[in-house]
Amino acid sequence: MNKRFTRILATSITAAALIGSLGACGKGSASATTEGSNEITMWTHNAGNPEELAAIQGVVDSYNSSTGAKAKIKVQAFPQDSYNDSVVSAAAAGKLPCIVDIDGPNVPNWAWAKYLTPLKLSTDLSAQLPSTVATWEGETYAVGYYDVALAMLARASDLEAAGIRVATVEQPWTKDEFQDALTKLKALGKWDYPLDMGTAGSGEWLPYAYSPFLQSFGADLINRDGFQTADGVLNGDKAVAWAEWFRGLADQGFMATKSGKDSTQDFLNNKSGLLYTGSWAADKARAALGDDLVVMPTVDLGNGPKIGGASWQWGVTEGCANTDAAMDYLSYSLQPENLAAVAKATGTIPATDAAAALVPAFAEGGANRIFMDFSRNYAVMRPETPAYPFIATEYGKAVQDVLAGADPQSALDKAVKAIDANIKSNGGYKN
Amino acid sequence: MKNSVRLNSAAAMLVRILFAAVAAFPIVFMLVSSLKPDTQIFGDMSSVAAFLPVGNISFDNYAAVFDRVPAARFLVNSIGISAVTVVLGIFINSLCAFALSRMEVRGKRVVFTVILATLIVPFQTLALPLVWWVNQLPYFELNGFSLEISKGWLDTYQVQIIPFIANAFSIYLYHQYFESIPKELDEAARIDGAGWFKIYRQVVMPLAGPATATVAILTFLPAWNSYLWPLMVVQSEELRPVMIGIQYFFQLNVSWGEVMAYASLITVPVVVLFIAFQRSFINSIASSGVKG
Repeated sequence: MNKRFTRILATSITAAALIGSLGACGKGSASATTEGSNEITMWTHNAGNPEELAAIQGVVDSYNSSTGAKAKIKVQAFPQDSYNDSVVSAAAAGKLPCIVDIDGPNVPNWAWAKYLTPLKLSTDLSAQLPSTVATWEGETYAVGYYDVALAMLARASDLEAAGIRVATVEQPWTKDEFQDALTKLKALGKWDYPLDMGTAGSGEWLPYAYSPFLQSFGADLINRDGFQTADGVLNGDKAVAWAEWFRGLADQGFMATKSGKDSTQDFLNNKSGLLYTGSWAADKARAALGDDLVVMPTVDLGNGPKIGGASWQWGVTEGCANTDAAMDYLSYSLQPENLAAVAKATGTIPATDAAAALVPAFAEGGANRIFMDFSRNYAVMRPETPAYPFIATEYGKAVQDVLAGADPQSALDKAVKAIDANIKSNGGYKN
Repeated sequence: MKNSVRLNSAAAMLVRILFAAVAAFPIVFMLVSSLKPDTQIFGDMSSVAAFLPVGNISFDNYAAVFDRVPAARFLVNSIGISAVTVVLGIFINSLCAFALSRMEVRGKRVVFTVILATLIVPFQTLALPLVWWVNQLPYFELNGFSLEISKGWLDTYQVQIIPFIANAFSIYLYHQYFESIPKELDEAARIDGAGWFKIYRQVVMPLAGPATATVAILTFLPAWNSYLWPLMVVQSEELRPVMIGIQYFFQLNVSWGEVMAYASLITVPVVVLFIAFQRSFINSIASSGVKG
């Protein structure tokens, strides 16, 4: 029986090999696309996100069927987590498409690396949320359809039971109020850790989520005057105070040094009382908790609440053979109805007020309007320097070291040393 | 005395069961979680229910997988790519090892040493230069009755296969195995009028079954698990292998049930192969000291 099965399997593999050999003559449709013809390719990060991809495809279809279309746009979707690697490899091979999706903070690096060309759009960008327009050295390189915002989610019933006031945009929690709120929530005895800050996160989450606290303390990731050094800024007294405060949340038993893999799901399963997350979690939480959900701004640690600005944006590549058509498409795509369609599909903050008016959740009085207020009032762009990807990595390591119990001053000094050395070895990342 | 022997064997069995359970738990968790909604996966996490198909059980996650990812296409691609790589890998590497083992050619020891030396270079360091290199290679396409030549192998099937056919470790395994086959057999075949290829095909290779099984398994596993390379060289969705598909699920809100369902789907072919070639698989690990 076993022998027979083995034989059948071996025969099947050989057959598959033959079929595969024939298939090997094939070539991907992306390569078959000739950018010199009247078709240009657009890469996007949302393979696996059918709603967002369908919305983007809808915008493209609308442009392709419009009378003024200067080229036919072809969408090529990649999974988000590996998207940057695919772009960097394509750039190394000189095979970038005409239009690319870019995570906002990476724009200066891609512009410096000559992947991107400055945008020349016919659309007025002044109506856009500032965090949806990426500039570097005085030029605009990318523009986004939406932004996301960080917030604190809680159950109104828990806050009421603990005697904690709901934080508002007008009156966010201060550092002392936050400490008091966590103490009271812990005293309820409902959770091992009342606060979930997503400490199991990795990659871009670490600088995106935690550098706003650093900035609220009055420190920063780098000295933004020339972006040449992090010394005195990322390892100064205020930065050390941030690190001690952050580590203190774990030491006092308010949060885990490593949270669960899915903080939103844990919050919905009542494994935490206060969740620090992004606007993307709001619809799911509201569907589960209904009116018991409260969305609050993040904490004011001395210099006002801060959140990271910029999400995914669009740019045109330097080697694009039909820049005119690429710019024309991007200009067309920024119409309010297109922005609204994408925001509806993704639950993100529309980039303009006109688009927000078309999305009930973000229109005046809408359930998610508060995120637009957060974005307008608190967004701080991550440092607009080509060094940002390196800074983000080093800062992420420092965060993890601090959480693991490293001396805050030493962890931050180490990050500063590495960042300054990287900037120096790249000639200051001058254009 | 008899009781003590029984006790010892019962203890040994218990230890084996424990080891087997530790090895099986992740797979059981994956299969069971693939049948549960997200809320229940996390709700069951702190109890033994995490490993049991209890509660709200359905195949919804599997249906959702096929909505989110062209999973069938990815599976066919990976089966094709892995199978072609294995078949061609066995042929090319055994031929190379045969030449190095049997033929008297000047400098063959140097060639063998150079081949072995490539083992110490990690693929990650070669990946980017290799991308540039494969992008310079000519590509032949049949268009009707005319043969067209274009440049660049990016975004094709062959770029996922050809760079991985020649493999220093496979050559080494075959070479060592061929060395253990008496050369007198070649000479006897030669007296009967056999040429080099006939000796290779009808004398040496039929005796090299265990080496072939080892090479097949050690070639199949990395081909099936290939992730970094296709990420770099394949842009079209229709050419992507299964491992890239797992990334489709890591969105801002991750659907863990779907992740588990997809992981189960792409694990099944490997498990089937393992069951079919269990003995060879274990022998390959034991003889090579390498776990794929």
